[in-house]
Amino acid sequence: MSVIATPARQSTGGISARTVNRIVIYGLLALFALFYLMPLFVMLVTSFKTMDEIQNGNMLALPQAPTFEPWLKAWGETCVGLTCAGIKGYFWNSIKMVVPAVLISTLLGALNGYVLTKWRFRGHTLVFGLMLFACFIPFQSVLLPMATILGSLGRFGVTLRNATGFSFGLGNPTVNLVFVHVVYGLGFTTLFFRNYYEAFPTELVKAAQVDGASFFQIFRRIMLPNSMPIFVVTVIYQFTNIWNDFLFASAYAGTGDAMPMTVALNNVVNTSTGVVEYNVNMAAAMIAALPTLLVYVVAGRYFVRGLMAGAVKG
Amino acid sequence: MAFLEIDGLRKQFGSVEILKGIDLDLEKGGFLVLVGPSGCGKSTLLNTIAGLETITEGEIRVDGRTINDLHPSKRDIAMVFQSYALYPNMTVAGNIAFGMEMRGVPAQERQKAIDKVAKVLQIGHLLQRKPSQLSGGQRQRVAMGRALVRDPKLFLFDEPLSNLDAKLRVDMRIEIKRLHATTGTTIVYVTHDQIEAMTLATKIAVMRDGEVQQFGTPAEIYNNPTNLFVADFMGSPAMNLIPATIGGNGNALSVVLQREAREPISLPLADAPTGLSAFHSKPIIFGVRPEALTDPEGAERNASNIATADCHIEVVEPAGSDTYAVTNLGGKAVVARLRADANIQPGTSTPLAFNLTKAVFFDPATENRIL
Amino acid sequence: MTTVTTQIKLTPEHGARPIASMRSRLQDALPKIVLAPSFAITIVFVYGFILWTVYLSFTNSKTFPSYALTGPRAYQRLWRWTFESDPPSSWYTSIINMGIFGFLYIFICLALGLFLAILLDQKIRGEGMLRPIYLYPMALSFIVTGVAWKWFLDPGLGLEQTLHQWGWTSFHFDWIKNKDFVIYTVVIAGVWQASGFIMAMFLAGLRGIDGEIMKAAQIDGATTFQLYRRIVIPLLRPIFLSAFIVLAHLAIKSYDLVVALTSGGPGGSAWLPSNFMYEYTFKRNEMAVGSASAVIMLMTITAIIVPYLYSELREKPR
Repeated sequence: MSVIATPARQSTGGISARTVNRIVIYGLLALFALFYLMPLFVMLVTSFKTMDEIQNGNMLALPQAPTFEPWLKAWGETCVGLTCAGIKGYFWNSIKMVVPAVLISTLLGALNGYVLTKWRFRGHTLVFGLMLFACFIPFQSVLLPMATILGSLGRFGVTLRNATGFSFGLGNPTVNLVFVHVVYGLGFTTLFFRNYYEAFPTELVKAAQVDGASFFQIFRRIMLPNSMPIFVVTVIYQFTNIWNDFLFASAYAGTGDAMPMTVALNNVVNTSTGVVEYNVNMAAAMIAALPTLLVYVVAGRYFVRGLMAGAVKG
Repeated sequence: MAFLEIDGLRKQFGSVEILKGIDLDLEKGGFLVLVGPSGCGKSTLLNTIAGLETITEGEIRVDGRTINDLHPSKRDIAMVFQSYALYPNMTVAGNIAFGMEMRGVPAQERQKAIDKVAKVLQIGHLLQRKPSQLSGGQRQRVAMGRALVRDPKLFLFDEPLSNLDAKLRVDMRIEIKRLHATTGTTIVYVTHDQIEAMTLATKIAVMRDGEVQQFGTPAEIYNNPTNLFVADFMGSPAMNLIPATIGGNGNALSVVLQREAREPISLPLADAPTGLSAFHSKPIIFGVRPEALTDPEGAERNASNIATADCHIEVVEPAGSDTYAVTNLGGKAVVARLRADANIQPGTSTPLAFNLTKAVFFDPATENRIL
Repeated sequence: MTTVTTQIKLTPEHGARPIASMRSRLQDALPKIVLAPSFAITIVFVYGFILWTVYLSFTNSKTFPSYALTGPRAYQRLWRWTFESDPPSSWYTSIINMGIFGFLYIFICLALGLFLAILLDQKIRGEGMLRPIYLYPMALSFIVTGVAWKWFLDPGLGLEQTLHQWGWTSFHFDWIKNKDFVIYTVVIAGVWQASGFIMAMFLAGLRGIDGEIMKAAQIDGATTFQLYRRIVIPLLRPIFLSAFIVLAHLAIKSYDLVVALTSGGPGGSAWLPSNFMYEYTFKRNEMAVGSASAVIMLMTITAIIVPYLYSELREKPR
């Protein structure tokens, strides 16, 4: 929808009201663009400045002698808590956590959505409603019991390792976080696929049944090959959410070597020992932001669609 | 023994009864059309025959074999869907062969079968395309090819023409009819379009609210509708259903039609149905199809019972092949079908011939035909 | 007829029937079997855990969970703290902050989002460039947002210092260090992050409005302002509802932003209930109180979400 411009009326000054109107609109839009870009811009230029320049120069000025030093230091040397080996380890922690969590939750969501739309049973709305509501709970209300359970699993893992020499991942913070993110991401992935498959022609499933395809054959041969868009949306949504999570990460892997990126970044920034190296902090923040920003730049359309799908139920 | 038999079929969904006891049968090589307004249960009935929906009660037999509990793929049926349901990720050839692939038919045999069907339907040049690259008519052909390749006992069509434009629909209708004639397969066909029903069927089942209203040949349904619903639903333009009363005396009954600001018309009935005498001076519904209400010159020469009356013409609709004239009888707009060159002006009176041999009468209370 | 059927049932093929029917029964149950693990996980790890948390809130758990019920003492304490405004209790601060933050965050995001969407809808050249600029903060984590704004709002380094350098030496902006104003900096950062997304929602809504309605209104002589006020904005009602739900849900869950931007603010003055819960449970060894506060958060969100979900999921009458 767009408003058809009212015919331009000549004002006394010779500039039409319409032109003034357009200038005001573009001016406002540019102003807000500045508002949204400013923090990122400041973060970026600061990460290329030396500490001298930061303390004596202007926050908005471009770096006089751009240096990669802060980035290298953030990546490989800066202190997170007491360990001073940079954030690279934590970056990989996040990757190791995000990839399996995203894949598992997306696949389960696809199966759930398939069942909830094409193999309906009595009470399917209730089942879906209960899973959907799980998206909205404040995770504080499950934080403690989960901590208790993960603690017991960890102890069981130690017993297992003593007995068999292998803990099967029990007690490993990364495995724990994968599990937690799958559990609390299921609602969203199920929602995405359910809404997508809801609009997916049921006649195709019927035709495949007449053709003799089984439950899984229909899923693999008919549903999956036609689900590319929603797959991309779901994967991006889950990737962003899990990469950016802080609450679960700090509660279940808040200390030690298994910290994900967000927790490590928070530690870097809030370290009170020694001089605060703002340029390194900003570089670390940029590194933490890069994966999701990259996804956003490459597949922004799908990113927005995911957010919308998460916002509009039904 | 009929080829397809449906006995006392019921389907409930929760507390709602969607099919309320359906009994139908169809001879081998027959063409059964299920017709009715949307929501009448015709598609559900088709789906239960296909095995895509379960039934609550009753039995479905094909060629003597009960198929109630069989999986759709084990019923030896093929189905053409309203949206054609072509798998968008597969080529035309892949679509046609998918069923065989699922049954584990070797690739060579599949290819042979594809080629054969492609030849019959003239879609050989489309085999490597994806469904999205096909026109509506081509998709329709591919969907039929996918059904044909199975060589099933029973073909099921679910409103296959409703997504095509008017001209293509007529072409495909002829094509389906030709296919039926050449292959001699048994077909069950769902449509809401009564013209499709009339032109294609050997048997028609008119449905409403989960019940079969009338089951018979197209001619039976058209000429002898059992109730008001069937009379109104079948035929285009629809049958005129005029509120009237029965007058005259015991031997010579007549039907009396009220008119606005003029004396009523009384049409003498030569061979009235016997049940009609019980309705003497009572209200009835008088049914006459537009083609049985014409200009006197156009009336059927050899019809035994023709009555002519002056009617006030309100609207004239020249339709090219015919001219339709609208008059008002019994408080309802009544359509007469005249010759194309009938010289007739709106606002004037003109004599119209009622072919009472073709007239039918209904009881307004039960809506059933008076016989 | 029945006899024929019986005869057919006696064919050898039929001997295999029990197995076939078992397999077909398995096929029938397969969808439910596939769904079952996810559903079970949800029941246990969401609803079971919620009950567990509710249970803990009625015990006197401190550092470790204790399972002896001791009545609603945690709630009584929270209730008492609710009215302890001078000096403010942590709980009092948290819920007052929640009120300020929740109201301003939702209101400003809706207003700004709608405003930007309407501006962008005026056939703007370069819309394709502006839209991603407004929206990208949504891709960042709250932690990164917090770090960026912490720097930007820092009186010694950020905006204040910059303006001083430019000659506006009287400019003073130290909200982030001020216990009475720190919550407003959380609002600023929060709005910065989410308003672009709300804009995208409204823009999608605007684009969905039937152009003929607009033309009809213009022929009726409506000015642009009247057009929006009387026609467009009322038509966007469903978007307002969805956006409100999204924002309310984000607001109640906001925890990371407060931590990263303010580290809780001077003396915990920037806490939201989510921070209160985390601190009391994991740092102050008051597990029962933490659980009780989590239950209160959950009930608040339930009161907003459940009616919404119910109306969305209700079988639409045909």
